[in-house]
Amino acid sequence: MSEPAQLWLRLAILGLGAAIIQIAAVSQFPLFGINADVTPLVVASAGLLSGAVAGSLLGFGMGLFVDLALVQTLGVSALVYTLVGYGAGRLRELRAPQATFTPLGVGAVATAAATIGFSVLEFLLGVDAPVSFLLVRQTLATIVLNTLISLPVYALVRRWLRPVLPEDPRRRRRRAYTTGGLSPLSRR
Amino acid sequence: MYDKTVRRRRAVLGLLVAFSLFLLTAYFGESAGGGLHAVQRGVLTVVSPIQDGASRALKPVRDLFGWIGDTLGAKGDRDKLRKQVQVLQAQAALDAAGAARGTELEKLLGLDQQAGISAYHPVSGRVIGLSPEIWYAHVTVNRGSSAGVGMNNPVVNADGMVGKVTTVAPNASVVTLITDSTSGVFAKDVVSSAHGMVLPAVGDPNDLTMQFVQSTDAIHPGDTIVTAGAAATSGGKTYSLFPPNIPIGRVTRVDPGSLTQAVHLSPMANLHDLDVLQILTQVNGG
Repeated sequence: MSEPAQLWLRLAILGLGAAIIQIAAVSQFPLFGINADVTPLVVASAGLLSGAVAGSLLGFGMGLFVDLALVQTLGVSALVYTLVGYGAGRLRELRAPQATFTPLGVGAVATAAATIGFSVLEFLLGVDAPVSFLLVRQTLATIVLNTLISLPVYALVRRWLRPVLPEDPRRRRRRAYTTGGLSPLSRR
Repeated sequence: MYDKTVRRRRAVLGLLVAFSLFLLTAYFGESAGGGLHAVQRGVLTVVSPIQDGASRALKPVRDLFGWIGDTLGAKGDRDKLRKQVQVLQAQAALDAAGAARGTELEKLLGLDQQAGISAYHPVSGRVIGLSPEIWYAHVTVNRGSSAGVGMNNPVVNADGMVGKVTTVAPNASVVTLITDSTSGVFAKDVVSSAHGMVLPAVGDPNDLTMQFVQSTDAIHPGDTIVTAGAAATSGGKTYSLFPPNIPIGRVTRVDPGSLTQAVHLSPMANLHDLDVLQILTQVNGG
């Protein structure tokens, strides 16, 4: 099997596995009344490692599965996670961040983007919900909790994808502009 | 090469966003029996046994998490409960007659309700899934149409009203909680018999409001609000989906108005920590 095909296969297994773990296990552990949500973290980590195309496709697939399995409005999570995956992928392609704590920041931003994007879409779809202090507090608590677990999630995703990644971003030098910001999937 | 890659990347993003928006539009446009809803029920049927298995396997770990959370919150609860005990003791000492009446009402609510609920063919189920999103107030239960569960069946737990069934698969169903923005229950005050509609205070899952209550009705903090069961209307009697006398919440404060008053209540059931639920599969007049 070719390398890109192996990468797509691993991404598909990662997406399905992570979504099932989120729905069946992680969502069962409320801590201080909130639940961690590994879905945006996995999507952002995969985008950060594999690029914008892979990130957005994984985001769309995971979002669609979550919408289907949790009987939510179809398309909302798919749209939000597509953009999260694309954003993380573009960050890799344009900036090639190498700092150890990059996944921490990316995890926080991905969770914030997912939560706020979700809220905005719900508003647009007509859910009559004023922005209350409790809602803001819960959103912030989810972002904090997700940020705390973003490093181990990133490490697990990298471990799973590393055998099929063309090169590890940690070993890359800042040459995003010299390569034209290409995704590893598009290099031959 | 670069242009081709950029075009492909943009095309993929555009297609995914367009497909998401198409799904959103189609989902909103179709009825509950439509194709996309049927696909959702199919996926729920496949995923629910996995959720059920994981829920059973992870129960000890979940209990441990619950224990940690409970322990951390215990100090605050203790102080709060001490204050409540003081208030209740003073209240009980001042109004012994009221306390006796309360005992009588408790009997009515407890014993009669026990007898009542068994008549509605309750099916016990366990919560196997919770939505991680703040915006969705619903849970997945491991009982479905094969156990006799149907659409709009009321759902209760040991403390009181929880919600109603909104999606049914053969081996699982989705319960929309009373705090969801789409919920509404016709209810009454046990003490004054004042009627109103209990709606969620959207944005605050710990608060419900009973609306359309006449300003002349006497409702006080501490009163118990239960389901009314049926309403007298101009066309005769209109039955609610929910059977009568199921506790919904306790009045926390009353906002007076010129014609109607808004009554705030806290739900009896702890909707953050649901485990075993009862689905009432045959409601008289429902």
